[in-house]
Amino acid sequence: MVFGVILAGGDRQSIKKAKQYMLLGSKPVLVHTVEKFYIHERLEKILVLCPEKWLEDTQEMIEKYFPASQGRIVLVKSGETRNETIRNAALYIEGHFGLDEDTLLVTHDSVRPFVTYRIIEENIEYGLKHGVVDTVVPASDTIVYSEDGTEITSVPKRSIMYQGQTPQTFHAKKFLELYQKLSDEEKSLLTDACKIFVLNGERVYLAEGEIFNTKITYPYDLKVAESLMIP
Amino acid sequence: MLNAVYRLVAPRRFEVEFSDIGLKAGQIIVRPSYLSICHADQRYYQGARPIEVMQQKLPMALIHEGLGEVVFDATGNFKSGDSVIMIPNMPKEKDSIIAENYLRSSKFCASSMDGFMQEHVALGIDRVVPLDSSIDKSVAAFTELVSVSVHALRRFDVIAHQRREAVGIWGDGNLGYITAVFFKAMFPDTRLYVFGVHQEKLSQFSFVEETFSVTDIPPDLLVDHAFECVGGEASQRAISQIIGHICPEGTVSLLGVSEYPVPINTRMVLEKGLRIFGSSRSGREDFLETVSLYHRHPEVVGYLSNIVGAQIEIRTIADMNRAFETDIHKSIGKTIMIWNK
Repeated sequence: MVFGVILAGGDRQSIKKAKQYMLLGSKPVLVHTVEKFYIHERLEKILVLCPEKWLEDTQEMIEKYFPASQGRIVLVKSGETRNETIRNAALYIEGHFGLDEDTLLVTHDSVRPFVTYRIIEENIEYGLKHGVVDTVVPASDTIVYSEDGTEITSVPKRSIMYQGQTPQTFHAKKFLELYQKLSDEEKSLLTDACKIFVLNGERVYLAEGEIFNTKITYPYDLKVAESLMIP
Repeated sequence: MLNAVYRLVAPRRFEVEFSDIGLKAGQIIVRPSYLSICHADQRYYQGARPIEVMQQKLPMALIHEGLGEVVFDATGNFKSGDSVIMIPNMPKEKDSIIAENYLRSSKFCASSMDGFMQEHVALGIDRVVPLDSSIDKSVAAFTELVSVSVHALRRFDVIAHQRREAVGIWGDGNLGYITAVFFKAMFPDTRLYVFGVHQEKLSQFSFVEETFSVTDIPPDLLVDHAFECVGGEASQRAISQIIGHICPEGTVSLLGVSEYPVPINTRMVLEKGLRIFGSSRSGREDFLETVSLYHRHPEVVGYLSNIVGAQIEIRTIADMNRAFETDIHKSIGKTIMIWNK
């Protein structure tokens, strides 16, 4: 089974200030993102992971925008970190649907509402075929590597540099297995799910992202996003 | 749902913008799969329309000929993955006399609204026609153009008198070819002549009785009825030849689009008592009839596959430009974009 896992754990003081709940056009950013997954028939369920304090509000939002979803969108409490949140998703699936070797998670930032059908489709396809997938675009800026933050250590060749986006896709069972092996310190350092696979010698395949599949992180991003909307 | 729309913002320049598609009941969400480039798209792409038209229409997504796959259907009529032909004509009212493609209130994709160069297209249930897997998708991509010919032929059948021993088609391009293919399927007992300019194009009309170069038409050659599939600046000459070679009370069907007014020898139209009628675009009934003809006369799909030209996979905006530039340099045929956005 393939599951969509929308990571909406970003925790600000109030729901109105949290990026995933801000309005883009007439709908919250999170709703736009969930819609992109909702139309994908290959996704058995779509798990939305958000802070416990906003579960109720988010549930109302889902009922309002997806009145016919009939339990296909499931709300689950997020964790303290990104990987803890993914762990919660995997454990929820284990508890409710059972996990097997083929249970695939297509994990995605709730604040990337511009993700396309093709990107999700290719994540599922490559995930089923190769196991682990990261979505990337070629780096447009030169990447500078600095170990001390004051001087350049090296300048890597740009043509082999990519910028990571999401979705990131992998098997739930494998993720749990690798994640549980990590020490607390490693857990706090490893903020990226794909990195856990890379460090364990797993091959991670690249799916082609889109330059516009950006994160809405700052008010500036929301303004840019709104300027691209057709009135 | 945010939907990427690839709009022409200036000649030869596409940019992405986003629309918000609702997942409301009664609407189908289709992901375009095979899109076909039309002359009308090229006129916008190259900036060949008058400047005030360009200013009024752009930015706008091009393409009104295309096939797609259903990804989401709240109406429950289609399964995810079903192939459908998209109908670009969007009627806003019902009329018991006037066909949907002639209602002045109707909108049309890539003319008065965004066309199919989008990640998804949201369509009403009556704006899609199912297509089964037996039909070549590269051919089905330009069903809209085919349905325009079928529409004109159906109207011809209603309007033209019954003496149909010989009919002429002026024009050796895609529209002339398609009209000829379907004329033979629908009126197999009529002798069909095709009149064109290019010998290599005329040689493709292997299924008609005879082809003629427009510079070398026998003076005594007569047709009962005629179709003009030329358009542009050559329209005048084609219509003039038709009026010269058509029998009295013949019917002239005009299909070629011209940017400028075309002078017509009305004295001879009057003397011969000709009927001239124009046809443009098509409606749902024409699409259904076209798909039905694909099944009833499978040979037409084979003939249509002869005019499938370059097929270009589209993953980036640069690919879109490459497809349009390739299309400019073709001599005949339809350029197909295998859409993967």
